Amino acid sequence: MLIPCPWCGDREDIEFKYGGSADVAYPRDADAVDDATWARFVFFRPNPKGQMTERWVHTAGCRRWFTLVRDTVTHQITTA
Amino acid sequence: MAEPHPHPDHLWRNPEPRRSYEVVIVGAGGHGLATAYYLAKNHGITDVAVLERGWLAGGNMARNTTVIRSNYLWDESAAIYEHSLKLWEHLAEELEYDILFSQRGVLSLVHSQGDRREGMRRVNANRLSGIDAEWLTPAEVKAFCPIVNISPDVRYPVIGGTLQRRGGIAKHDYVAWAFARKADEMGVDLIQNCEVSGFDLDGGRVRGVHTNRGLIAANKVALCAAGHSTVLADMVGLDLPIQSHPLQALVSELLEPVLNCVVMSNAVHVYVSQAHKGELVMGAGMDPYNSYAQRGSPHVIEDQLAAACELFPIFSRAHVLRTWAGIVDVAPDASPILGLTPIENLFINCGWGTGGFKATPGAGWVYAHTIAHGEPHPLSEPYALERFTTGALIDEHGAAGVTH
Repeated sequence: MLIPCPWCGDREDIEFKYGGSADVAYPRDADAVDDATWARFVFFRPNPKGQMTERWVHTAGCRRWFTLVRDTVTHQITTA
Repeated sequence: MAEPHPHPDHLWRNPEPRRSYEVVIVGAGGHGLATAYYLAKNHGITDVAVLERGWLAGGNMARNTTVIRSNYLWDESAAIYEHSLKLWEHLAEELEYDILFSQRGVLSLVHSQGDRREGMRRVNANRLSGIDAEWLTPAEVKAFCPIVNISPDVRYPVIGGTLQRRGGIAKHDYVAWAFARKADEMGVDLIQNCEVSGFDLDGGRVRGVHTNRGLIAANKVALCAAGHSTVLADMVGLDLPIQSHPLQALVSELLEPVLNCVVMSNAVHVYVSQAHKGELVMGAGMDPYNSYAQRGSPHVIEDQLAAACELFPIFSRAHVLRTWAGIVDVAPDASPILGLTPIENLFINCGWGTGGFKATPGAGWVYAHTIAHGEPHPLSEPYALERFTTGALIDEHGAAGVTH
């Protein structure tokens, strides 16, 4: 799989680390949230069959994080 | 090596789905079929359909490396996997089908002081749980499995190993067919090419499933879809802490008998056994990214072959015949989720991740109990979905091996 690093261009996926789902927001007013909300933040992530918005880091290259949209069935990537 | 077992004349019917059932199981993999079998056998519930979107046992059941063991660290895991192993030990007679279950021993190699402490701790924990476990020195490793390279002149020398002699392998297809045949014999309908597209809900209660072959009503619906669990759960608004990843495996060409046991190495990361037919069956870590593609990245294969060739120099001239991947459903603590859901009459069994095959009879047994009684089996009680809220996780990342 070739990953399009926004700074280095297309590189083999072995150069990257996967960061999982993007857009996971830290709970607002963290002291006030209940256990169920914490559980959702810590453990629950989208797992779509199809388009997934996700984080990658180019560990063996520029070491920068970025967001991609990738299809989890075809592995086709459309840069976000 | 054993002679191939002759196939029985008849395995199962291919019935048209009826309009309603007492229990509908979604997913005719190993766990779904075992669940149907034990529902009929242990609980007398035979008004059961097992729905399968593809063909029977064509998902992870057809794609795993068939390792069977019960040497897990935590009490909860040891209990359920040991229950499963005890069922394996009598499964062939019970199902009247030679499933080629072979207790040839599972040897886990140790390459570092960290590994060694973890391995010894696990041996002791296993013994306290009544599970057979032994610590082996490098010389004992060599005596048990002569082709392992114990030379100190490699990048990660073998400094010991743990051994569960009762562990081993079985022939995956035969296991599925054996459960299917017996379940069918007792009246369970196995319905292939029947894909669930939605759920029939009445308030907070499920009362059937929509499929490409029409609406099928059910008093109870039991999800058993491994890598596709969240796809089903999303249809009914149920959130699961599950991520789906590719887990690759490969086989060599058929070889003369060279490997007499299952060998695992978490540090250099490969696990390998030789199937009855003669091919070396190998697996390693799952690919890190989410995927439903049933294929993974070549560098994962490259790494595991490098590890295998260092541990077993004799393998260096074997050829890779075929590689493939399954879709594994992984929970944050690498332990399964099995039990009730917030939706009445909807049950969940998923999260077995990289190690579900060994649990096939055990998971089927406790899931059938859970469905029949509407409450968890004592062995599966710790595996409730609520544990992610209460924090009572069963963290098997370490002791399970990175994959298991």
